[in-house]
Amino acid sequence: MTVLDRKLIRDLLQLKGQATAIVLVLACGVATFVMSLATLRSLELTQETYYEQFRFAQVFAHLKRAPKALAERIAEIPGVDRVQVRTAVEVTLDVADLAEPAVGRLISIPERPTPGLNDLYLRKGRTIEPGRRGEILINESFADAHKLGPGGRVAAIINGRRQILEVVGVALSPEYVYPIREGDIIPDDERFGVFWMGEPGLADAFDMEGAFNDLALTLEPGASEAEIIQRLDRLIEPYGGLGAFGRDDQLSHKFVTNELRELRGVGLAVPFIFLAVGAFLLNIVLSRLVAAQREQIATLKAFGYTDGEIRRHFLKFVGLIVAAGVGLGTAVGAWMGWGISGFYARFFRFPVFRFRLDPSVVLLALAISASAAMIGTLAAIRRAIRLQPAEAMRPEPPASYRPTSIERWVPRTLVSPAGRMILRRLGREPFKAFLSVLGIALSVAVLVVGNYTADAVDDLMDFQFHEVQRHDLSLTFVEPTSARAISEVRHLPGVIRCEPFRAVAVRLRSGHRTRRAGILGLEPGTRLYRPLDASRREVSLPERGLMLSTKLAEILHVQVGDLLTIEVLEAERRVYRVPVESLVSDYEGLSVYMRRPALNRLLREGPTVSGAFLSVDSARSAELYSRLKATPRVASVSLKRAMLESFRRIIAESLLKMQSFVAAFAAIIAFGVVYNGARISLAERSRELATLRVIGFTRGEVSAILLGELAILTLIALPVGLAIGAGFAAMTTQFYDTELFRIPMVIYPTTFAMGALVTIVSAIASGWVVRRRIDELDLIAVLKTKE
Amino acid sequence: MTRAEPEIGPGTKGATDAGEARAPEFQARGITRVYRIGEVEVHALRGVDLDLFEGEFIVLLGPSGSGKSTLLNILGGLDGPTSGTVRFRNHNLTSGDEAALTLYRREHVGFVFQFYNLIPSLTARENVALVTEIAASPMSPEDALALVGLSGRMDHFPSQLSGGEQQRVAIARAVAKRPDVLLCDEPTGALDVKTGILVLDVIDRVNRELGTTTAVITHNAAISAMADRVITLSDGRVSGMHRNERKASANTLTW
Repeated sequence: MTVLDRKLIRDLLQLKGQATAIVLVLACGVATFVMSLATLRSLELTQETYYEQFRFAQVFAHLKRAPKALAERIAEIPGVDRVQVRTAVEVTLDVADLAEPAVGRLISIPERPTPGLNDLYLRKGRTIEPGRRGEILINESFADAHKLGPGGRVAAIINGRRQILEVVGVALSPEYVYPIREGDIIPDDERFGVFWMGEPGLADAFDMEGAFNDLALTLEPGASEAEIIQRLDRLIEPYGGLGAFGRDDQLSHKFVTNELRELRGVGLAVPFIFLAVGAFLLNIVLSRLVAAQREQIATLKAFGYTDGEIRRHFLKFVGLIVAAGVGLGTAVGAWMGWGISGFYARFFRFPVFRFRLDPSVVLLALAISASAAMIGTLAAIRRAIRLQPAEAMRPEPPASYRPTSIERWVPRTLVSPAGRMILRRLGREPFKAFLSVLGIALSVAVLVVGNYTADAVDDLMDFQFHEVQRHDLSLTFVEPTSARAISEVRHLPGVIRCEPFRAVAVRLRSGHRTRRAGILGLEPGTRLYRPLDASRREVSLPERGLMLSTKLAEILHVQVGDLLTIEVLEAERRVYRVPVESLVSDYEGLSVYMRRPALNRLLREGPTVSGAFLSVDSARSAELYSRLKATPRVASVSLKRAMLESFRRIIAESLLKMQSFVAAFAAIIAFGVVYNGARISLAERSRELATLRVIGFTRGEVSAILLGELAILTLIALPVGLAIGAGFAAMTTQFYDTELFRIPMVIYPTTFAMGALVTIVSAIASGWVVRRRIDELDLIAVLKTKE
Repeated sequence: MTRAEPEIGPGTKGATDAGEARAPEFQARGITRVYRIGEVEVHALRGVDLDLFEGEFIVLLGPSGSGKSTLLNILGGLDGPTSGTVRFRNHNLTSGDEAALTLYRREHVGFVFQFYNLIPSLTARENVALVTEIAASPMSPEDALALVGLSGRMDHFPSQLSGGEQQRVAIARAVAKRPDVLLCDEPTGALDVKTGILVLDVIDRVNRELGTTTAVITHNAAISAMADRVITLSDGRVSGMHRNERKASANTLTW
């Protein structure tokens, strides 16, 4: 170790408080970066290998009923690699530990395991045995939710008959990494299960011998997905095909992809803030160090140290801080990544998912931190190099001050000498003051945006589950039925109000843009499901046309008054042109609404319904549930309460945990900025302050001069930070503006208050630390040292 | 500037017996230096010619503001003149090449400053090592410190040393590289008489025992008795020069 390196280490120890603050700020950025990107890489790698090894299909389609011979014709489509046909149906389940009915998706598998597509990974138990009807494999999340394993039993209403199914194994499928039901935004593991059953048994029960109603296929490399989907649709159309779709529209895949996108967004956006603040702090600390070591640098130069050696010396100083920040950040990031991966492992069902710290992520973190640090310190290092040794030997000329413009407007008597000192200092280096304000403001902004997500989700839940959906449960019938079925439902025990709806799957087309969606036909004057706009005003459904969610209109590039082509993916697959009559900015999925009678008319059918929204007397819900379980016509029931609960559980696990990190991180920024600012002011002005003490200023008065400056900066920073925070929140809203869901731009006053409070407390804490140093100021020694 | 020449004339002549046989080690011609402090322009040197010979001990005498520090800085390659030329052996110190000046300082010059300029975070030994680490054939820091009589305080930090001790560390640091020239800027300026004499004695020994060309600048006329040659500066010009027939030793000085 050279002597210069020893100096370096001692300099660092001298500045340990400030260096630590910077290390912590950088570490926050690196931790977020490593956590997000390493988790992202782990997930991507896991997903990729899983999809590949278990042959996750690339195109999917559902249809009514087609002979198996059709599979061969599908396989002949140029570009199709493998085809898998099967039977898939949704049934009502009667699970022992659940009062209300659940939904089971039964999927047929060959009785003898043969590698095909969407292969199962057997987690527990065994595969089904040929010839033994009634044996099933169940998906892991449902198994976990009900503590079901091999040997367990589930009752299902199959074709109107209650049948006991025996669980022989627990399995995973690449199709259900995120086991979520169509139409939900949060998986409900308790009430949705995926069951795999031997093909003969399932075909028998649903009259599907020699036929199939669901298919999946993979493509040959280089094949055009769009083209194959088009040809496939033509083939399956006569058999009630509901329109084929690619992986991008496969629900589980879509959610996983969306999550990966979010991780990447967080991993790239958040560290930026911390690294920017870290670069700023490095800038002020190194500038100060170079100024304080002016003569030392000059001496080194006088002895023949080259510019390169001086540059390396200060670069090492910065390098050590960056290395410590990256080291600590990587450790914390890995720990957080490990934690969040545990969280993902519960929601994303992969056969094996382990958090892996990819070294390239750490290298990348190092590279971006080093770049940020370089940007922050380049000017200071250049100053050190430019220093003329002869000039640096002379004491620095007194800094030039001027009366600030504020003083010109305010009468002299109103501003005390101390006040003038503060104002002139701020006025002398307005850019530095601006950066300090920005730094403190960023801490407020980080807190605001961190808590904003919770506010938005809270507001969203209130909007969706209290204002829009005012029903207690919704049910769907096996087949669209005549409105008479509704009066049956209305007379079930505990039903207070019942509003039928008609839902139909469609493909919307405008020019070359298409989207699959469902049209929800609601009763005129509906009370239980009221589409609302973003300001929570009730919007009335158009008389005959469509009401689209703004997001869908945006995707399809249509406006009110435009005609939209609708291809009904049901029955005769008619095609209509329907005008868009209004838009509604909602938060969930891509909705299309119509009045039910108008939809019935469009579909040229009588008063037909697909299901109903019910409000229920909670005292009689048990009775209602057991009746519903036994109603063969009811295909599925979904409970709003259950949805809310699982929503809350997931939010509590993810968001709230993040919030505490955010608060800690923001406090670190505030402390780092204020503490460094105060320490540097103190170092720069110790002579001045000591002189004031010598001529009779009290400690309090002297502290007021130093800390007053910081108080002013902090006070200016608060509103700026709140505004920046709101800006970040708006950007977050933009970022989350996806097809799956959107979040409202709502910031609660408590969030603003919390942002300001944490920052003020951090500022006071760092002010207090510095105040103690002012009290310890050695008057004689300070006056004696030459600077 | 040309007007300065006649004044130098006798000085250069006075040095002939020491210097005519060989070329001067330093040769400065027509040096001026103007710089700004804050918003004030200062004419530190207004045309100086000077020759310095190998092994010589010279004292640059003058009141503060006479330009002697500026002259020393220019000789040491710390600063460049606004106009004029300076040569050290076959190096042109006024070519404006920063890297060449750095190399020149590194290889040939030892500095001692009025305020010692020790690195406060390094011990005495480490302060000396700062120089020996980058020198071609230095003595060891221990030997250098022994030379200035500080063997017992090698691991002390500057803050643990008295002013005289600090200045001796600075001298040890300056001579440890075995420089060709030792430039001392008011080496006793911050010291009491007794300590000052001790420090001057060390400088004298370095000059005698190592044969290092030595220039000491001071406003203290008493010190000039130690020199081979005394050059007086005032108001940025050489105002006088004389040769001591007999050099006094440091411990006979008083002020």
